[in-house]
Amino acid sequence: MQRAALGLMTLWAASVLIFAGTQILPGDLAQAVLQNNATPENVAAMRHELGLDRPAIERYVEWLDHAAHGDFGRSLVNQRDVAHDLAPRLYNTLFLAAYAALVAVPLAVTLGIAAAAYEGSTFDSIANLTTLLAISLPEYFLGYLFIKWIAVQLGWFPVLANVTPDTSLFARLYLCFLPMLSLVLVIVAHMMRMTRASVIAVMELPYIEMAFIKGLPKWRIMIRHALPNALAPIINVIALNLAYLIVGVVVIEQVFVYPGLGQSMVDAVAKRDVPVVQACGLIFAAAFITLNLTADILALISNPRLRHPR
Amino acid sequence: MRLFGRKMPLRAQIGLAIVSMNVIAAILVPILAPYPEAAIVGSAWARPSFEHWLGLDNLGRDVLSRLLYGARLSIGLSVLITALSFSMGVFFGFTAVVLGDIANTILSRVVDLLLSMPALIFAMVVLSVLGADLIVLIVTISILDAARIFRVSRALAMNIVSLDYVEVARLRGEGLWWIIRREILPNALPPLVAEFGMRFCFTFLFISALSFLGLGIQPPYADWGSMVKDYSALIMLGAPTVFYPAGAIALLTIGVNLLVDWLTSTDMQKR
Repeated sequence: MQRAALGLMTLWAASVLIFAGTQILPGDLAQAVLQNNATPENVAAMRHELGLDRPAIERYVEWLDHAAHGDFGRSLVNQRDVAHDLAPRLYNTLFLAAYAALVAVPLAVTLGIAAAAYEGSTFDSIANLTTLLAISLPEYFLGYLFIKWIAVQLGWFPVLANVTPDTSLFARLYLCFLPMLSLVLVIVAHMMRMTRASVIAVMELPYIEMAFIKGLPKWRIMIRHALPNALAPIINVIALNLAYLIVGVVVIEQVFVYPGLGQSMVDAVAKRDVPVVQACGLIFAAAFITLNLTADILALISNPRLRHPR
Repeated sequence: MRLFGRKMPLRAQIGLAIVSMNVIAAILVPILAPYPEAAIVGSAWARPSFEHWLGLDNLGRDVLSRLLYGARLSIGLSVLITALSFSMGVFFGFTAVVLGDIANTILSRVVDLLLSMPALIFAMVVLSVLGADLIVLIVTISILDAARIFRVSRALAMNIVSLDYVEVARLRGEGLWWIIRREILPNALPPLVAEFGMRFCFTFLFISALSFLGLGIQPPYADWGSMVKDYSALIMLGAPTVFYPAGAIALLTIGVNLLVDWLTSTDMQKR
């Protein structure tokens, strides 16, 4: 309960930050929207139309109230309803992120445990080096690499992931395969390293040595004895990386011209379409905070010792 | 090869070689680059030739020259931002610990607030209002980075400040500045150096990503992220141009990471 309240508080703080960032910072919005037509009369009229002549607090409360009811106002560029335009894009982004997460999480955890089990072996050091390289690669580098090799030269997958609302599930999975693969590679590396580290940390504890002395088989010690205690940090790392996925998605959508939320946000920032930026920012922040909160709660559930802080 | 009186493994040597190569390229740009960064010297997308080793770009500018100028801007900017955020983050982190409860709480809450959103999203919100200006970019990213460094340096200082010699300095009547500079900083330095490397990578990738999205460094300046964006148009035809800037970004990050990996590894911590 306490954690959930904390999460809501953080979300509220983030909303203040987003609103303050877009409204109170210097730089006149009306002027920016009008650009070349910014005569003093036009600017004054625009300010009135956007409600900029009212106090910031009043506008903030109104905006938050509307946002809580799913109304993000109208776009400054094409006057369309923001929530209506963003809904299918949000679905696309969630689809891609969930797709990547479903592949990445089991893969990373299995590889991490395997690397920990064979610590110091050739497999371990190869895994160590490749993950270090993969962490260093920017998402778009991997994305373009896949486009060049797999999409252009081999022709197995389409270059662009242009899905529409009527695309069937299988077509979607197929179209999104390369974007998913790029995202997976970026986050798997980090998750796997952390999984390995936390399993190894547990494996060095005395009770594990005791289990070895008792003559239990290694796989049984790993799964029954070590894993439950390594679970909390692993869950934490997974959640952190899924939060990172949110950022990676923005870039990958741009590479594959995928009609998602990140792309709208980038366009809106370039055009200074403030209501759209606010809406996207709030959604991304909410997703980020929810993931962090889930991590906290899952860590509590998996480790009874954390439930009663001393 | 040895550094800091310690033998470097092969990996770290490769990392060092990559980093120094990039730094030398960035410093010697005016001598090395065959053409100015924004000069149009031929027709668009001309193939590599003897005069233009890597060909020409979408406006007919020399790719190799832009790559070299990009090194200067991308690396220089990242170093500048990392240095700025480090001075802020470390200063506030240490001050929070030395001053104690109230300052600690206030600063920590501010930092929590800054970290409540992904950095990229935060930066985009700010840029949408203030425009993609170089100063805005530097200030925004420095503050976001400083928030993360604040946490690290605060945790470091917490451990150090409870030690006896800090207490002695305090009883001796030394001021805040002395305690930070002479007692805490020297002992927190080794982990901070590794953190500097990691932060540099993060900032460097972050700026490149922003530029790649078209929200970072604006033309006509050459920078690796926006070059990736400009050259990506040709990828459908299988042209490799996009991999020069993207590969340069990847190579430098790998180099720095190899170095950091060694600095944080166990045989470096042992005395």
